[in-house]
Amino acid sequence: MNDKKIFLIKDKKYIIAGLVVFIALFTFPFWYNSGKAAPGPEIKLTEKAKAAKECVMPTAYMRAEHMQLLDIWRHSVVRNSDNTYVNPSGKAFTMSLSNTCLDCHSNKADFCDKCHDYASVRPYCFDCHIDNPKEIK
Amino acid sequence: MESSRRRFLTMTGVAVLGIGAKPVLDVLAAGQAEGAGSVELKKGDGALKAKQWAMVVDTRKINKASDLEPMISACHKIHNVPKMETKNHEIKWIWEEEYHYAFPTEINKFLSEHAEHVPFPVLCNHCENPPCVRACPTKATFKRELDGIVMMDFHRCIGCRFCMAACPYGARSFNFRDPRPFIKETNKEYPTRMKGVVEKCNYCAERIAIGKMPACVEVSNGILTFGDLYDPQSAVRALLKSNFTIRRKQSLGTEPTVYYIV
Repeated sequence: MNDKKIFLIKDKKYIIAGLVVFIALFTFPFWYNSGKAAPGPEIKLTEKAKAAKECVMPTAYMRAEHMQLLDIWRHSVVRNSDNTYVNPSGKAFTMSLSNTCLDCHSNKADFCDKCHDYASVRPYCFDCHIDNPKEIK
Repeated sequence: MESSRRRFLTMTGVAVLGIGAKPVLDVLAAGQAEGAGSVELKKGDGALKAKQWAMVVDTRKINKASDLEPMISACHKIHNVPKMETKNHEIKWIWEEEYHYAFPTEINKFLSEHAEHVPFPVLCNHCENPPCVRACPTKATFKRELDGIVMMDFHRCIGCRFCMAACPYGARSFNFRDPRPFIKETNKEYPTRMKGVVEKCNYCAERIAIGKMPACVEVSNGILTFGDLYDPQSAVRALLKSNFTIRRKQSLGTEPTVYYIV
């Protein structure tokens, strides 16, 4: 009770002013940037990918889990020499980033890079795997 | 009345538990359906199988360096092996070697003309007891149980080069520089390597998996024979049975699987 009394009597205006300044500064980034969030990336599909309709797994799964999927593929091919992936609907694919994924998604700049740049991730897949395997031939 | 109130409360508790458990079970069931449960990983239909792949080199069929040239260029081309300017940076999967250096433990004072002058093809021996595998701290290089290939997972290689020190055959090369600018024609179906990883011959594991013989064997004009060391009916065993063969630095106990008919 004592504290409250002192606060009410002596420092009320300073504290209120300080709080207002603090809240204004603290929330500055939020209201300054409100309404102009960067738009999500718009990825383009190649004609081949469009024609195939569905990837190895459903799109939502691929969007979220493609890195885990590639990790399983790598492990399976290199360690166990199992190179065929049969998805839940019974369709078989050769497990190869260079020859299966990049065959359909042969537009790295408009497909892979768009999201990777947006999410600010720098995967080093393409240090070794040559993108666009079918373009130059 | 007392007992019936008690019963009512018990039943309510059970019902609440039951209602609460259902969503949890649903989630668990969904998780299982979405996971790897219904996905199958298997070998390709035409994949070649063996307990331990092995190679026999018939050196009697080699007369000059140009006999080995097609094998080397075929291998290096499909695997995107760069041609470095400096010898120190050289990357090689299969190359030619003088008898003296290939078989330093098998040198007699007087050698045949053939052994003195003809180049010998050498490559990773895919040893049955590989010292490189024991040296690798990350298991980037490993002996594949199912077919005996000493494989590399380039993703895991940290470039420590212990394997290079451990290999008595010099079969491993280190990428001191980014190899890409030094590859004349890239094969887009096979990855390149990056700076800082070790590489070597992989017995064409990627070709065996689709039912093809290794690239060097295909273009060797019968100099190289490839097959299963533990299949008594294999071409390799037939050659080993009818010819005297030697292996590189056999006394080290690494059990190389590349045999040379001399």
